[in-house]
Formats: sequence, structure tokens, C-alpha cells
Amino acid sequence: MRKRSIVPIVYILFLMLPIYWLVAMSFKTTNEILAGFSLFPQTFTLEAYRTIFTDPTWYWGYINSIIYVSLNTVISIAVALPAAYAFSRYRFLGDKQLFFWLLTNRMAPAAVFALPFFQLYSAIGIFDTHLAVALAHCLFNIPLAVWILEGFMGGVPKELDETAYVDGYSFPRFFVTIFIPTIKAGVGVAAFFCFMFSWVELLLAKTLTAVEAKPIAATMTRTASSAGYELGLLAAAGTLTIIPGAIVIYFVRNYIAKGFAMGRV
Amino acid sequence: MKTENQKAWFFVLPVLVLVAFNALIPMMTVVNYSVQETFGDNLFFWEGLTWFEQILTSERFHAALGRQFLFTFLILVIEVPLGIAIALSMPRQGPWVPVCLVLMALPMLIPWNVVGAMWNIFALPDIGLLGYTLNHVLGINYDMTQDPLAAWVTIITMDVWHWTSLVVLLSYAGLVSIPDAYYQAAKIDGASNWSVFRYIQLPKMKNVLTIAILLRFMDSFNVYTEPFVLTGGGPGNSTTLLSIDLVKIALGQFDLGPAAAMSLIYFSITLFVSWLFYTLMTKDDLN
Repeated sequence: MRKRSIVPIVYILFLMLPIYWLVAMSFKTTNEILAGFSLFPQTFTLEAYRTIFTDPTWYWGYINSIIYVSLNTVISIAVALPAAYAFSRYRFLGDKQLFFWLLTNRMAPAAVFALPFFQLYSAIGIFDTHLAVALAHCLFNIPLAVWILEGFMGGVPKELDETAYVDGYSFPRFFVTIFIPTIKAGVGVAAFFCFMFSWVELLLAKTLTAVEAKPIAATMTRTASSAGYELGLLAAAGTLTIIPGAIVIYFVRNYIAKGFAMGRV
Repeated sequence: MKTENQKAWFFVLPVLVLVAFNALIPMMTVVNYSVQETFGDNLFFWEGLTWFEQILTSERFHAALGRQFLFTFLILVIEVPLGIAIALSMPRQGPWVPVCLVLMALPMLIPWNVVGAMWNIFALPDIGLLGYTLNHVLGINYDMTQDPLAAWVTIITMDVWHWTSLVVLLSYAGLVSIPDAYYQAAKIDGASNWSVFRYIQLPKMKNVLTIAILLRFMDSFNVYTEPFVLTGGGPGNSTTLLSIDLVKIALGQFDLGPAAAMSLIYFSITLFVSWLFYTLMTKDDLN
């Protein structure tokens, strides 16, 4: 047993190395970075973090990203819940075809849609708003949320629904007060995935924003190209983008194994 | 078991409207561009299937498509067995399980351009941890901005770093769902480790592995941000994958017609291969 645990340990070390390097880099001064190789920061500095927390173009990047990611998660889950219920409980005309079509939207390369998205969202006048990015990310997050939730709902016996109707519950009341609490692990996992894919996506988020709703990741690319590659600053901003994901994953840690199987083990 | 009810359409209507708005309108725009020529000023001329012919016969497209298939093939061949092996060697219970899972999932939650930038910093020949170790400690001549092979090794390693955990977590979910009784029965029968894997664990992981392989195929076939930030498609064109080439044509050269035709061909290939994988892997269930 002890011999076997070497594999996960080595794998986790491999995962942590580049992250360590990014974090270490963020505490170094620019001079130290350019002077040569050092395994640990020699002159520990918080200068890069100070720049980010005092410059509005930097910290607004974070706020913008968090706003559109949260908005997207709420929209995706809200519309996916009834749809997933319909797919898991009823047969209706074209249900299988519709389900497959939803999934095909995950296969479309974002690069294909970048320009048409820009034109569409400019035409309806919401270019450079948080709503634009939140709606655009629905393209791949709603199908995923429906898929995950349908998997979890399939595991809930139909007797639950029938008993509730016999007890005189109306559908909305049953759905909100009984059904959703029953699958709350599934809702948590679906919300986690929506958060994750919206947080990590950049191509569409960058295409649909200019100033007002610019995401943090786009602020970083600008820094990388225009300010002569300030590696320390870039590393600090990168380190900060890891934190929201780490917080969210901590909340779903006990459901994560089942959640990754989309409830279909 | 499921009851027939056409009113269920009302439940899926919001999803349908939102996804159709995002999928159909841009898709029609792409179809529109793919059969027309424009010289700016919103003037368009009918071109028929010229762009499709041009793309399908262009050597540049064939080269990018070849690189894309090679990339995806290597990713699947490395990540799927490696992911299964790691999942098999993980503890089934105990305090370390959540710690392992959280640490393993961490790379997937990092924005894709940060992943590229992070690996760039990591691989810099003289000041990056990886680059320095290879060049100055192990004495291997490594510079991914000059050497195509080094660039390929770096983008593959980066993707393995980024996404193997998806396969691990999915396989692990399949493994923990196997009841202890199965293992006890296998022990009584004197089954070898290999037969336990082949006849108990693998069949139980089949569903989740189908999901893992499909997701890894789709995402690695459409990958853009990470390799673009890391290598910019270079040195030369050696790491210009299909989507990087597409963005070069669409936004770099602003050749909307050819770019749109290429998008549609690209999308059809993804769709066809996904369908093929799906049909092959679920074939046994139908019988």
C-alpha cells in the first residue's frame, strides 16, 4: 500500500512545481528575475501585489471577472434546472435530438464564434457589459449544467414526485421546497462547473469587452505585450487568479469525485 | 417509466432560446461569410463553394490539420492511461482523499492564458525552473523558442499537466462506486491484479471513461489559448494548431470568407469524430 501511494505523490509534486514557480516569481523584484536563476526569492517583495491592489485597471479586472462569472452561473443554473427535470422525467417530441444538439455546442471551437459574437452583441447594444460575457458563456455552460443536473435527477426515484402530488403540493412548490433540496449536491457541482468554465475562458470574454467589463485575464495579456514584460507583476496577477478557483473547489471537495462523473457512475 | 408529456417543452424553452441565440445566429453568420467575398464597406459578392475548395485543397490547411490530429492523438494516448493508473493507485478513503482531489483539480481552475503564461515563465531557458534545470543541471540543450521538438514536448507536457486530472477524477469516481463485495469475490476466486482490473474495474469505469475521452477529444481538438500564449504557434509554424491558424486567417489577415469556410470544415470534423467515438464506445450497451 505504501509503495502505491508514491504515484499520487509524484503526480501532485509535478502539478505543484509550475504553480510554485509562478508564486515564487511574484515575490521577486524585477532586477532579481532578470539577473538570473534563484530557487527562492532573495529579496522578498510585495511590490507587485501593491501595484495590483492600488491600480483600478488591475483590481477592476478581478471585480469584472467575478461579476460576469457569478451572473453566468446564476443564469445557467436557473434555466438548466427545469430543463434537466423535463429530460429526466418526461418523454416529449424531439427530446433525444434536442439533448444531443445541446451537447454539440460544447464542440464548437470558440475561435469559430469570436467574430460573429462580436457583431451580434454589438448589434443588440450590450457590447462591453458583464451581461454580454455572461450570456455568451451560456453557450457552453448551459448544456453542461443540463447534462450534470439530469444525471443527478435520474438518481432520484419518481415516487418522490408522486408522493408530493398526492400530499397536495403544487408543482412549483414541490420543485422548490422538496426537489431542489434533494439534489443540492448536484446543484453545487453544476454551479462549480459553470463557475470553472466561465472563469477560465478568455477568448470570448476578451472579444466581447473593451473597457467597462474587461476581465482580469485580458488585462494581463495587455501588460505582457505593452509594458516590456513585467514578469513579477504578471506572476502576481496570475497567482491571484488561482485563488477564487481554490476557494470554490474547497466548498465542493466532498462531492467532487461524484460530481466529475456528472452523477453517472 | 418516463411519461409522455408534450408540456415538458415549456421547461426546456428558456434553455432552447438562450442556447439557440448564442449558437444559431453566429453559426448563420459564419455560413453567410463562407459563401461570399467582401472588400469591406459591407459589400458582399456571392462566391459559392470557392472558399471550401480553396481550403480543402490548401497545403497550409492540411499541415495544420495534421498537427492538430497529432496533438490530439498524443494527448489521448498519454493522458488516458496515465489518468487511469493514477486513479488506481489513489487511496479509496481516509483524510488524504479530499486533499488529493482538491490539489489535483487545481490546474483546471486556472484561466487558460495564465496556464500559458505560467508555463512560459517555467520554461524560460535561463531563468525558468524547468529551462534552467534542463540546460544547466542536466546539460540538455533546451530552448522551445528555437527548437520545434522542444516546443512540442513543452505544449504536450503543459496539456498533460493541465488536463490529466480530469481523467483521474472521472476514473476515481468510477472506482469508488465499486462495492467491496466484488473485490472479496475476486479474492476468493484467486483472481490476479490484472484480471481484477480487466473484469471488474475497467467495466465499472466504462461510462465515466466515455465521458473523459469525449471531453478530452473535444477540448484538445479545439485548444487555442494555452499553446498560443506559450509558443505563439512557433518556432516557424511548427506548433500552429488548427484553431491558431484559424484565428490568424480570421483576425490577422481578416480573410472572412476562407476563415468561415475553414470554421465550418473544422466544426464538421469535430462533430464527426465525436460521434464516431460516442458510437464506438456505447455500441455494447445497445446490444
